[in-house]
Amino acid sequence: MAHDHSHGHPHDHGHGHQPHPFQPDLEETPLTHYQVMTQAVGDLLIDKGVFSAEELRAMLEAIDAKSPAAGARMVARAWVDDGFKARMLADVNAAAGELGIDAGGIPIRAVENTEGVHNVIVCTLCSCYPRLLIGLPPDWYKSRSYRSRTVREPRAVLAEFGTVLPEDVEVRVHDSTADLRYMVLPARPDGTEGWDEAALAGLVTRDCMIGVTLPKSPAA
Amino acid sequence: MSARFAVGETVTVRVAFPPGHVRTPFFVRGKTGRVTEVLGPYRNPEELAYGRSGEPALPLYRVIFDTADLWDDYQGAAQDTTVVDIYENWLEAP
Repeated sequence: MAHDHSHGHPHDHGHGHQPHPFQPDLEETPLTHYQVMTQAVGDLLIDKGVFSAEELRAMLEAIDAKSPAAGARMVARAWVDDGFKARMLADVNAAAGELGIDAGGIPIRAVENTEGVHNVIVCTLCSCYPRLLIGLPPDWYKSRSYRSRTVREPRAVLAEFGTVLPEDVEVRVHDSTADLRYMVLPARPDGTEGWDEAALAGLVTRDCMIGVTLPKSPAA
Repeated sequence: MSARFAVGETVTVRVAFPPGHVRTPFFVRGKTGRVTEVLGPYRNPEELAYGRSGEPALPLYRVIFDTADLWDDYQGAAQDTTVVDIYENWLEAP
């Protein structure tokens, strides 16, 4: 193999040739205080028999299994059934139960996008999020920049997600500071007349239920 | 504990900076908004965070603000709003 660039070492490729820095292995970054404490408390609770390692594993698996599909099913149902939509706006947790979805014990509210109002959700203090309906929050949702900028300059944040709203639309930011969780009920896209619920649910992304985007275009 | 404020009433967020686990964001302290919903009693998170009972529970409110009132140089539109959930111990009549 001919190389006309010069290296300061012999050409024994596959050994010692490092064009890119390695990503550090987990062990190379020190554990934080909270990682140590989380592990220690988990171990203690298992040792004391409060729960078993198997129960902990099953709970982590259940949390990881949550996905935006549940929220998307609810949005699609609300788009085709006005009665359901009214019940969902009144009580998301109860409406979820109608579809066999467990929304958990923390009250969740749906805020509806209309022609004049676009809603977006943030938790400025931490990362409160309706996990049982849309899964674990993305890293950006927990970032300091999203948390601080969404209240300070929501239109700039939305524009970075590709969402540019008309000046005459009210951007309404919901800060989940307390005991409730919020999700956005987006508006049904034009051009979806006659679509069935499953097809409609396919347009409903996690991000549009946070409110940083609109649902997918039916043309796409 | 019955709620002191009703939907539609104007409320001002206390200007206070207590230490500890406080769920009232800095950017609304001293600001005036309007109650859009009374969410009912919830145990006080400032107490719960320290292993205490959080009783008596506090009425929790949804309070809507004009976003332009919250920031001196807000670049968005005049009709933009921000809704924050605030416990009654942080609210007073303006």
